[in-house]
Amino acid sequence: MTLQERGAPRAAWVERLGSRDPLTTAGDFVRKTLVVVEVEMRKLRHDSTEVISRAAQPALWLLVFGQVMNQMRAIPTGGLPYIDFLAPGILAQSVLFIAIFYGIAIIWERDLGIVQKFLVSPAPRTAQVLGKGLAAGVRALAQALIIYALAALMGVDLNWNPLALLGVAAVVVCGAAVFSLFSLLVACLVKTRERFMGFGQVMTMPLFFASNAIYPVSLMPSWLQVIARLNPLTYEVDALRALMLRGGTSVYGVGMDLLVLVGIAAVLAVAGGRLYPNVVT
Amino acid sequence: MGVLETERLTRRFGPLTAVDALSLKVEYGEVFGLLGPNGAGKTTVVKMLTTLLPPSDGSARVAGFDIVHQAEEVRRRIGYVPQMLSADGTLSGYENLLISAKLYDIPGKEREQRVRAGLAFMGLTDAADRLVRQYSGGMIRRLEIAQATLHRPPLLFLDEPTVGLDPLARRAVWEHIADLRAEFGTSILLTTHLMEEADNLCTRVAIMHLGKVVALGTPAELKDTLGREGATLDDVFVHYTGDTLDAGGNYRDAARTRRTARRLG
Repeated sequence: MTLQERGAPRAAWVERLGSRDPLTTAGDFVRKTLVVVEVEMRKLRHDSTEVISRAAQPALWLLVFGQVMNQMRAIPTGGLPYIDFLAPGILAQSVLFIAIFYGIAIIWERDLGIVQKFLVSPAPRTAQVLGKGLAAGVRALAQALIIYALAALMGVDLNWNPLALLGVAAVVVCGAAVFSLFSLLVACLVKTRERFMGFGQVMTMPLFFASNAIYPVSLMPSWLQVIARLNPLTYEVDALRALMLRGGTSVYGVGMDLLVLVGIAAVLAVAGGRLYPNVVT
Repeated sequence: MGVLETERLTRRFGPLTAVDALSLKVEYGEVFGLLGPNGAGKTTVVKMLTTLLPPSDGSARVAGFDIVHQAEEVRRRIGYVPQMLSADGTLSGYENLLISAKLYDIPGKEREQRVRAGLAFMGLTDAADRLVRQYSGGMIRRLEIAQATLHRPPLLFLDEPTVGLDPLARRAVWEHIADLRAEFGTSILLTTHLMEEADNLCTRVAIMHLGKVVALGTPAELKDTLGREGATLDDVFVHYTGDTLDAGGNYRDAARTRRTARRLG
């Protein structure tokens, strides 16, 4: 926007937005993405019971599975107590389980007419989709708080360095964005709740087990290792393990992990922007 | 130039032609009614004109902009209230409007004032901070119309605006639609199968049947074409769409309408 344009009379603001330079376009994109995120935050503020009720499953994993496996010492964790090794995996898992069913919410909002309302607005459709992905990230952050509390109670040696916490938040948001955008794409293709539910159930367990969430990749048979290396969850867990724990290390490097997650999220957002209008037809 | 011009606008779904070479012109300031039985193609027309569905053939211009090649320009100039309830029940009325204001680039300084004015115009000031989940059907519809007109679009689309509302709420919505036109000169295209609604609101109506316009004119003109005293728009409707009770709509349409009706009721 040039100075001259900024001085244009207010009545002309609609027309002014008609011809825009790349910087204004980028600004608009970011603003519209954040509006979609804002909707989600406002919803969470009105009703946060869902976040609490969703904490039951990770609590079971940590309390029951974690404590039992902690006694066995059968899994090579690189010197960590198993419960410490497990905590980042369970955080990633609970983020995955929230995000992978996000498509259901899209179908629900489509049935209500909310998706249509956004699609007829001038907000770029890729921004709407990316906003949905980041909104899932906001929800996942609420979940992360609860898992941190559980893990701290169980004596997991957490890294409280602010930078590390910031890193965890970034990884959680990226991970949630990847899986929720994937879920959104599927929702745009299958379009009905029934078909989507079938898909969601089929997807979650393989994604979870073919990852390093509860055991290191090195323990897997080689065919499974290949799948695990292609699984975004593996990179999410890898980064979380390095950032969340005081004694944690990364196998692939945190920078690499983040790059993989951001890259996949970006590709999914662009594809989602194309497919999103399909969900209403 | 009209606010809306379509040129042989066509939409096919597989072997079915839902909208068949529709050519229409709506002038600025008109309230134009698309009438027809379920499945006549009304909603498909609206979806194409609101850029939700690409046409298979033909073209259309809204406020001078092509709905396919200048979709974003079109989106800036239209408001759309879908048949379903598009207001978000988990947010307050104020928040629903605030989000719309942000989506439509209403500058920050004007936002608050516009949102308050929109609430006041639709008689929702007292309910502004309640969750929309607790609104009555008529209130939700009025909120949605406020959302769709916050950016003062030249053309507003209303898809079955009063389906499922009781007569009192229906009348309130009609009054607000009339006010909107009087105050801002908003042109309106609405679909309905309520003849009373068309009679009450529309300057002109087109009756659609199996994807084509079978009659077009002012409500009075259409009644005159029947050539008998005291003909109602209902008679016109039956005359032009024939005895096709079983032809229109399908399971999905019916399910959606009932769902909407239930949520409004």
